[in-house]
Amino acid sequence: MSIHKTAFSPKKVNRRSFLKVAAITSSAAALAACGDKAALEEFLQRDFRSLSKEKIAKIVKRLEAEFAEKYGKPFTVSTKEAIPNTLFGYGLDLSRCIGCRKCVYACQEENNQSRDPQILWIKVLEMQKEKGVDFADANLYYDHEEVPHEGHFYLPMGCQQCKNPPCVKSCPVGATYTDPDGIVVVDYNWCIGCRCCMASCPYGARHFNWGKPSLPAEDANPKTHYLGNRPRMKGVVEKCTWCIQRTREGRYPVCVEVCPVGARKFGNLLDPDSEIRYILENKRVLILKEELNTQPKFYYFYGT
Amino acid sequence: MKKYWFNSWLIFLFFVLILSTSLLLTGHQAADSEKEQQKAEGKERNDIQVPPPPLNEDTFPCSMCHADMETNLERRELVDFHDDIVLHHDEENRWCMACHDAENRDMLHSASGELIDFSESYKLCGQCHGPKLRDWKAGIHGRRTGQWNGEKQYLLCAHCHDPHSPKFQKMKPDPAPIKPGKKK
Repeated sequence: MSIHKTAFSPKKVNRRSFLKVAAITSSAAALAACGDKAALEEFLQRDFRSLSKEKIAKIVKRLEAEFAEKYGKPFTVSTKEAIPNTLFGYGLDLSRCIGCRKCVYACQEENNQSRDPQILWIKVLEMQKEKGVDFADANLYYDHEEVPHEGHFYLPMGCQQCKNPPCVKSCPVGATYTDPDGIVVVDYNWCIGCRCCMASCPYGARHFNWGKPSLPAEDANPKTHYLGNRPRMKGVVEKCTWCIQRTREGRYPVCVEVCPVGARKFGNLLDPDSEIRYILENKRVLILKEELNTQPKFYYFYGT
Repeated sequence: MKKYWFNSWLIFLFFVLILSTSLLLTGHQAADSEKEQQKAEGKERNDIQVPPPPLNEDTFPCSMCHADMETNLERRELVDFHDDIVLHHDEENRWCMACHDAENRDMLHSASGELIDFSESYKLCGQCHGPKLRDWKAGIHGRRTGQWNGEKQYLLCAHCHDPHSPKFQKMKPDPAPIKPGKKK
C-alpha cells in the first residue's frame, strides 16, 4: 500500500487545502485587481505578536497616513511595549462616587469610541443602599436632575483586567491577550468578530462595532496606541485598556484625572509605595463576582 | 620576568582603585551639597507641592480692609461684606476667628495658636480630620493628576471643599447611555 501511495501521490492535495489556497488567491487577486495595495497588505497582515519590528513600523506608517487623511490632522500610532516591572492595578472608592458620569464621556473622547452607534466603555450602575452591591436591581439608565440620588450609591464598571480572563480563554484566534503589565488588549486586525469574548465576560466590558463606527474629525484624539484607542473598524470587539496610550507613558488614565471627587486611583501593584498598594493594605477592598475566579485587578474600596 | 609583570599589574590596579574611590567620593559630596541646597530652599522631596490656594482677588489679602478694623467676635449674620459666606462647618462651636487669625489677618492659625499660611491650609484641616489628611498625603483622598510613576499634582482641601460649607454639592449627571435599539 505504502509503495502505491508514494508512487502515485507525492503531494496530497485534498479538498480542504485546495479550497484554502483557492480562496486566498482569488480574494488576493480581487483586491489586487482593485489596485488598492494598502488593502491587500492589511488583508495579508499577521497577528500583532508575530510581526517583526520592521513590519510593525511599516504598518504604523500606513495607519498614520490613513488616519491623517481621514481625520485631517496628524496622527501618532504608538506600539510602546509594557514598562518592565509593572503590573497595573486600579482602585475605585465606592464611598465617594456620586454617579456624575464624567468618566464615561471623558473615556469616550480619549479613546475614540464610536459616537453613533454609541459605544461607552464605562457603565455607571445605580444601586440601592438598602440592597448593597446587587446587579439584579442595578440601574444603568438613571436620569435624575441631580446626583447622588437619595438612598442610592453608584458603581462604575468597565474592564476589570482579570488575571484569569475568560475573554482571553474563549478567543478562538488569539486576537485578545494579556500584556506583561496586566492590560488585556485586542488586536483589532486579527479579531474575527465572533464575539465569544463578549459572551464569556461576566462584566459586560466588551463592546462590538455592529455598525461602521462614526467619529467626527474634530473629536478624534490623534494620540493613539495600536492596541488601544486607534480608530476601529466595523465588525471588531473593543474594550477598556486603562488608557494604554497614556499609562505606558507614565500618565494616569483619563478617568482618574477627570473624576471630580477623586474616587479613582491607579498605580503599580509591584511598587510597595504606590497608591494602589496603600489601598490594598489599609482599606476595605472588594472585587466583583469573586466567586467566578476571574481575579480582577480592579479593586473597589471604601475610603471612609 | 614573570614576577616583574605581576608587579606592574599590581601597581596599575592600585592606581585604578585610588582613582575610582576618589571619583566616588566627590560624586557623593556633590549629591549631598545638592540636597542641602534643596533643603535651604525649602524644596525637600517630602514637602507637598500644591497649586496656589483658591483665594478671591477681591477679598484677599484680608488686611486690605481688616488692618485698621476692630475685630468683632460676635456671632452674626454677615451683611454688606462676605454675605456669600454662611457657615455650615461645625457652626455651633466655631466662628471666624477659630481658623482665621485676628492679629495677623492674612494668615490662619491652628488650635494651639501657631500661624498657618493659606498655602498650607491642610495642616489646619488635619487637626480635626486626621485620617483624611493621612489618606490625602498618601494620594488616596482627593484627586491627583500627573504621572503614576513620577511627579504628581495635589490639590488643597479648599480646592474641592468650600471651607465654610465643606459638604459636596449635588450635581447634574451627564446623559444616560442610549438604550439598545433606540436611535439618538
